[in-house]
Amino acid sequence: MDGVEIRAMENLVIAGKAYSSRLLVGTGKYKDFAETRAAIDASGAEIITVAIRRTNLGQNPDEPNLLDVLPPSQYTLLPNTAGCYTVEDAVRTLRLARELLDGHTLVKLEVLGDPKTLYPNMVETLKAAEILIKEGFHVMVYTSDDPIAAKQLEEIGCVAVMPLASLIGSGMGILNPWNLQIIIENAHVPVIVDAGVGTASDAAIAMELGCDGVLMNTAIAAARNPPLMASAMKKAVEAGREAYLAGRMAKKLYNASPSSPVEGIIDSSSLRKGKGQAA
Amino acid sequence: MIQLIVNGQPHRFPAPPQAELKNQDRNDAGVNITQLLEHMGSQGKRIAVERNGEIVPRSKFDQTILVEGDRLEIVVAVGGG
Repeated sequence: MDGVEIRAMENLVIAGKAYSSRLLVGTGKYKDFAETRAAIDASGAEIITVAIRRTNLGQNPDEPNLLDVLPPSQYTLLPNTAGCYTVEDAVRTLRLARELLDGHTLVKLEVLGDPKTLYPNMVETLKAAEILIKEGFHVMVYTSDDPIAAKQLEEIGCVAVMPLASLIGSGMGILNPWNLQIIIENAHVPVIVDAGVGTASDAAIAMELGCDGVLMNTAIAAARNPPLMASAMKKAVEAGREAYLAGRMAKKLYNASPSSPVEGIIDSSSLRKGKGQAA
Repeated sequence: MIQLIVNGQPHRFPAPPQAELKNQDRNDAGVNITQLLEHMGSQGKRIAVERNGEIVPRSKFDQTILVEGDRLEIVVAVGGG
């Protein structure tokens, strides 16, 4: 099989549905809907996250709705539980999301433990995931990079595990590639790095490690030029995936190996030797 | 007037006009969710409603009669990561 064939059959499959893009993006923190749409178009993402919030009662009845800008017919919307610190809040939020999106069951679960770090509370996350799975949701779950927690989430039926690379919105990149590697090696569901990516190389590294996808929001929304960063992220995810599939060369510390033939090099020492003999 | 808690805030809701009541034989004099949404300017929007912790399907907005003290959550999708 040549490289083109490998790429052609390369889809990300989540809960039985195939996606050609391995970049998932959020829709928060953009200055307006036009910028949101431009960045998402440039990212090529098919799965986009949205938050569920109370309506602003009595304010701007003609205010545009995010779902008019990003219609569910064009994208796979992934409602999240951002801002939820309890099982009850997370479950209620996603039940409302399912109703809002006409029975849509693919969701992103996150149950946070601390407003300063937004680090996930894994005990509560596991409880919420169990309830949601019983109710028929397809749960993509935000998790710490703890390989045991990730495995437990897979075992109870989550359709994707999404470990953080570093804290949400921090842009600190991949702080523990070793843990991510253990999670990837053990997983039988897609592993998607969620949170912490800061720039294109971070996304490429995640994919080179063997992640199945990358989910990001702030790295694009907080760039000086969000659509351009979205385009960079698209390429980085593709480049990282291809490098992973291609299989990188082994690292050879203290053992340099020239790329060019070692035979037939012109040799000035023989010239000097010749001169010496003539003199 | 009945008082409802909508999105965590108390909200006084006027009783429906007599003309509408005539068409609501089985609903007595209560206010239904469709009427509440019209009053709030949210009719026809992409929203979801929870009443006292339970989802109310869109198909049941007309027949769900609200009573004094009901707690309602009305949500939309917004940008988020």
